Amino acid sequence: MTGIPHPVPPAARLLQRRRLLPRRLLPHGLPASVAACIGFLAAIAFLAVFARLLAPYGHEATDLLHRLRPPFWMDRAIDAHLLGTDKLGRDLLSRLLVATQVSMALALLGTLIGAVLGIALGILAAHRGGWVDELVMMAVDWQAAMPFLIIALAVLAFLGNDFLLFLALMGLAGWETYARLTRGLVLAAREQGYAVAVRSLGARPGRLYLRHILPNVMGPLIVQLTLNFPQTILLETSLSFLGLGIQPPLTSLGQMLGEGRDYLLTAWWLAVIPGAVIFLTTLSMSIAGDWLRSRLDPTQL
Amino acid sequence: MNLRYAAIKILRAVLTLWLVVTFVFVVLRVTGDPTEQLLPDDIDPLIRDYYRTAWGLDRPLWEQYLKYFQSAFHGDFGISFRNRLPAAEVIWQRIPKTLELGLATFAAALAMGIPLGVFAALNRDRWLDRLTMSFAVFGFSMPNFFLGILLILLFALHLRILPSSGYGTAAHMVMPVITLATAFAGSIARFTRSAMLEVLARDYLRTAEAAGAGLGRRVWRHALPNAAIPIVTIVGFSLGGMIGGAVVTENVFAWPGVGRLLTSAVADRDLSVVQGIVVLVAVTMVAANLAVDLAYGWLDPRVRVGARERTR
Repeated sequence: MTGIPHPVPPAARLLQRRRLLPRRLLPHGLPASVAACIGFLAAIAFLAVFARLLAPYGHEATDLLHRLRPPFWMDRAIDAHLLGTDKLGRDLLSRLLVATQVSMALALLGTLIGAVLGIALGILAAHRGGWVDELVMMAVDWQAAMPFLIIALAVLAFLGNDFLLFLALMGLAGWETYARLTRGLVLAAREQGYAVAVRSLGARPGRLYLRHILPNVMGPLIVQLTLNFPQTILLETSLSFLGLGIQPPLTSLGQMLGEGRDYLLTAWWLAVIPGAVIFLTTLSMSIAGDWLRSRLDPTQL
Repeated sequence: MNLRYAAIKILRAVLTLWLVVTFVFVVLRVTGDPTEQLLPDDIDPLIRDYYRTAWGLDRPLWEQYLKYFQSAFHGDFGISFRNRLPAAEVIWQRIPKTLELGLATFAAALAMGIPLGVFAALNRDRWLDRLTMSFAVFGFSMPNFFLGILLILLFALHLRILPSSGYGTAAHMVMPVITLATAFAGSIARFTRSAMLEVLARDYLRTAEAAGAGLGRRVWRHALPNAAIPIVTIVGFSLGGMIGGAVVTENVFAWPGVGRLLTSAVADRDLSVVQGIVVLVAVTMVAANLAVDLAYGWLDPRVRVGARERTR
């Protein structure tokens, strides 16, 4: 095959060239708002990954001579603390970076655990059918019927707070949406030509599901991932805001907001800056996720 | 309405409740001996044994389970060790306040969400539609606690026209209701819009237009009732999110409802109160889901007629 140039009819060549033109890309391609959201998420990801390198101070380091200092654009701001300091003189920028890292890592890990668990159970339910299917779907219904924040609060009350337990709770949030979605997708995909062909060629179930069906139904699952991620962020930040999630000395965006809320009158930025980071992240993720969904499945809302 | 359909739904609801109560029992027993958690460490073993007998912890597990189930069924979750009152009574006192907040939120969200969704659908892809959809995404992404804090900063600290927190007058309700209703109104507007878009494209609406029905009549009399089912569904589904939101919002505004009781009970590990609230939420959710399921038959004559024909 190599060396022989592929004959390309003129019309097809024209189509190929047109596809490369930005004008062709823009109307159906990336809208500016979505591009901005993805840019913001990339920046947050960068800051989260390199938080400890970028932070000018340790997130627990206190500077008792400069307490409750405002951010740089206000009076009384000092150069040493770009975003100001809290009641103990801890640098807000450093805390914000570490908190972003903790919150994003928890949300990402939680989303991934939930996705793997849900997808595995969804495939299992679709493959085995019968009572296994019934059992998985019953668990799905059960979890969907209870507000997860209440379940999480109850578990934290019964078992006490612990980082690994908290992470497990993040993972358990939302697994049922993946399970339900995967089950439906797998049941539909199994009847399609390629799956029937692979099965009749003698592929074992593991190979059939992981190598053939899963890559083909990945689109909706990835969309679900982007929609689930903001929900996980909101769950973590809500619990930490209530003082029942991430505990000091570690910090998270929700915990910072919860602490800052006692200083609304004198130092509003302590609550508003972490709150804005949470809001802009979930907003960007939702907009990007919605766009992805409308691209992959225009018939759905 | 199909009787079998209703019976299956009710059976499922009872099953879900049973699972929740069992879940609470299992988690409680997994956590270990309650006497070790509630009594001081250096207490006389004889006293510990006394309490173990008094609370029935020396009985076999299945007997404890039956006993637990029986008392849960009667609304008895034990004594709140914080104020020595029965947990059910402590919770019961808080319910009206949360209900007050919840009903006002429901009313505000429906009054805002449904018209917004209808007008967005009528002005598809124009600025009103875009604005409504942006509002929906905004509400969906905005954490309750952050919106609440922004409202406090604006209305209580900057403009000084509303009390920053607490309970009492109507003015105290304004900010908690806005906080809770924003996300809810956004999702209602969104679902109303998509349901309306689907209905507006139907033939019977063209027929109604040809027959000379005005726009108002077409929308409110012909289209909206047919779009009601997805709207009712989303209202039912949103209840869970709203209960979670109420827990956070009540904390932001120091609203003395069940949500605030729950967080303080979790912080103090007041387990009887936590159990009672978990079961209360489960009952509420199951009842709401059941009501949504049964409302289908009432809202959609096709379900009624279809069911009757099928049972014949």
